[in-house]
Amino acid sequence: MNDETIQLQINGDEVNVPRGATLLDAAQQAGVDIPVICYHEATSPNGLCRICVVDVDGGRVLQPACVAECQADTQVETRNERVLRSRRTILEMLNASVNLQQAPEIQRMMADYQADESRFPEARLREAELIDDNPFYVRDYEQCVLCWRCVQVCAEDAQFTFALTLKNRGHETSVATAFDISMTESPCVFCGQCVGVCPTGALKPKVEWGMEQGWDADEMRRSTRRPRKRRDGA
Amino acid sequence: MSETFDLDAALDAYRGRGREALLPVLWNVQSELGSISPESVRRISHALRVPEADIYGVIGFYTLFHEEATGRRIIRVCADPTCALAGADEVLRDLCSRLGIAEGETTADAEYTVEHSPCLGLCDFAPAALVSSRGEVDKSLPAATVDALLGDWNETYFKPAGDVDSVMLDGSLADAPQTLAQYGDYAALRKALDEMSPDEVIAEVEASGLIGRGGAAFPTGLKWKFTRAAPGAEKYVVCNADESEPGTFKDRVLMEHRPHLLLEGITLAAYAVGTSQAYIFIRGEYPKATAILHEAIQQAQARGLLGEDIMGSGFSLDIEIRRGAGAYICGEETALFEAIEGKRGFPRIKPPYPTTYGLFGQPTAANNVETLCAAPLIINRGADWFRGIGSAGSAGPKLVSVSGHVGRPGVYEIAPGMTLRHFLDQVCGGVSGELQAVLMGGAAGTFLLPDEIDVKLTFEDLRAAGSTFGSGAIMVFNTTADLGDLLLRLGRFFQHESCGKCFPCQLGTQRQVEILERLDAPHSGDRERLLDVGMTMTEASLCGLGHTAGIAVMSAIEKFPGLFQA
Repeated sequence: MNDETIQLQINGDEVNVPRGATLLDAAQQAGVDIPVICYHEATSPNGLCRICVVDVDGGRVLQPACVAECQADTQVETRNERVLRSRRTILEMLNASVNLQQAPEIQRMMADYQADESRFPEARLREAELIDDNPFYVRDYEQCVLCWRCVQVCAEDAQFTFALTLKNRGHETSVATAFDISMTESPCVFCGQCVGVCPTGALKPKVEWGMEQGWDADEMRRSTRRPRKRRDGA
Repeated sequence: MSETFDLDAALDAYRGRGREALLPVLWNVQSELGSISPESVRRISHALRVPEADIYGVIGFYTLFHEEATGRRIIRVCADPTCALAGADEVLRDLCSRLGIAEGETTADAEYTVEHSPCLGLCDFAPAALVSSRGEVDKSLPAATVDALLGDWNETYFKPAGDVDSVMLDGSLADAPQTLAQYGDYAALRKALDEMSPDEVIAEVEASGLIGRGGAAFPTGLKWKFTRAAPGAEKYVVCNADESEPGTFKDRVLMEHRPHLLLEGITLAAYAVGTSQAYIFIRGEYPKATAILHEAIQQAQARGLLGEDIMGSGFSLDIEIRRGAGAYICGEETALFEAIEGKRGFPRIKPPYPTTYGLFGQPTAANNVETLCAAPLIINRGADWFRGIGSAGSAGPKLVSVSGHVGRPGVYEIAPGMTLRHFLDQVCGGVSGELQAVLMGGAAGTFLLPDEIDVKLTFEDLRAAGSTFGSGAIMVFNTTADLGDLLLRLGRFFQHESCGKCFPCQLGTQRQVEILERLDAPHSGDRERLLDVGMTMTEASLCGLGHTAGIAVMSAIEKFPGLFQA
């Protein structure tokens, strides 16, 4: 069944793809760039950042290219007015809630979609204190875009450790351990996969962070031996 | 703390079960101890084999669960539009002042916690409250006052609904739910089991033209047909009783008045799609309806109308009630499945659709309460009878919930096709004062102006008028209502209820509220910001909540441009 090939149009050009291919697969095959934030080859796609939305046949709603399957004989627009408005607005809203200074890929998207950095005045930034509670990495959730990748690799997508979860909901959602215990009290095995898949500066190796603080090797070692807690309200 | 509660003993009842038992277990702990502590989570984790972090994530998702200690009595006062018109803010303020605490706080003696709540579905008894007393069954309080909230009461509210022509409602019920003796021994089910194959039941429902009453208006017969045809080791029928759309309370009234009509409808659906397991997922804010359904299930089982080998037919059905815990999003069917499975109520990507991949990954027919209640009527009286009521696109009797500035707020059974004007003037006691606007379809709905109420109340006419029937909520506002305040409440509702999964809704519901909070002193460009936010939520969100979270605001921008100065 998957041998079957279907044809669709992307921005007016014909593309032939195997049945079951996603719109993102088809776009990559056609050399068309579609931005992604939450999507990562190593994690199950959740289609949640919606930055990859495209217009299929002028449908009622836009389709997330990372998970939506290609349908035969459809016309896909990846950069029309509807798509641009949604992508630009998502980026502007995200920038108003999250510190994106250390997210170069998202910064490039901001430029590409002409997103206005100060589009939403008086917006609530998701403030958070940096959490430095273990010798291996620091967590700065002020830079977290909630792509879920770290939670996923900590769970069924890779490590089956289940140290992380999402707490609260809506705009107040954050990544957390159970009852906000420190990483050293949690089941974390410090495999580092969460750090590897983080698309922003929210998760960072301790060494890299220490160097940013201007620490020398001694200070780095001291810090590693005596994990510090700087937990908000704890 | 409840001195007598033994968590390990309680957990014994769930041994051998897995994650799907999580919400029932958490409810047990929450009710007995008032909060769910790290120690409780550790023990639950071992008993159900669910990671502690996951349990913590679930507790934080559902607002009726608490991780921090609460007072012995938790009082929640509704803050949504209809209750606000009836003085809910004043009740909340006076209550806090009497107790010497701010909203969201607990008294120093640990007796009381006071919160505001999203719509409690008691709009016909506004202002409404929901109260949890440690170790007791939760209770709703209609027409809430400070003295009543601090006192004691029996949850006996009842408002007769329906008239001599009603078939969904029963006007003869004066003050109590219909008993099985009054309802009779499931004649439609008897007919189906004796005379009809499952395919014939589906064909009859399809021929009736019944479309879903939860808001999405999907053809019910088709849904059953897909579910029956889908390959799967197990199949499920799920009754969506998570009625949470502000201004909507028809399903509550159906469950509180006619529980056996619903149980018979669920049983017909189960017979049709081919399953012996059904669930009723009912919102946590409906304790009275929950208790009535539990009792009705026992009555039906005792009469052999539910359980093993129903009426000697060989067909069996178990109906399990699952209680939600405070999350509007769980009215979205895939989020509802996640809740039953013991997870945070995140909506899933669709496709795959529930009819092929639903609860526990199996083919599932998820139907609204009112939809299922129509099934016994269709089987008893025939598809032609059903089609004979209403219009071509809106077959059969339809329930509407009307609240706000009308003479007689309540649930009414109408034949689709009457105009909104006729309904307001002739059916629900007329508009009190001078009409300013009608909000159709709840918080996710659209406004109609006084010169637009000649629209017919049908799915197709309302859609053509750019409005929606939605869940059947009709909220009426006279010229004394502050529409800016109304919009802010709707905005806060969505901000509070967004699950946080997809960026457009998680961020958009927050940005929308920020702008609505400064309607009186807007920034230049705020109108355009609201439109960008609203359109992005509508077009790019993952689920129906996000798709509709900006609809009322965008409707107001069109209908009341004067509210948006910049």
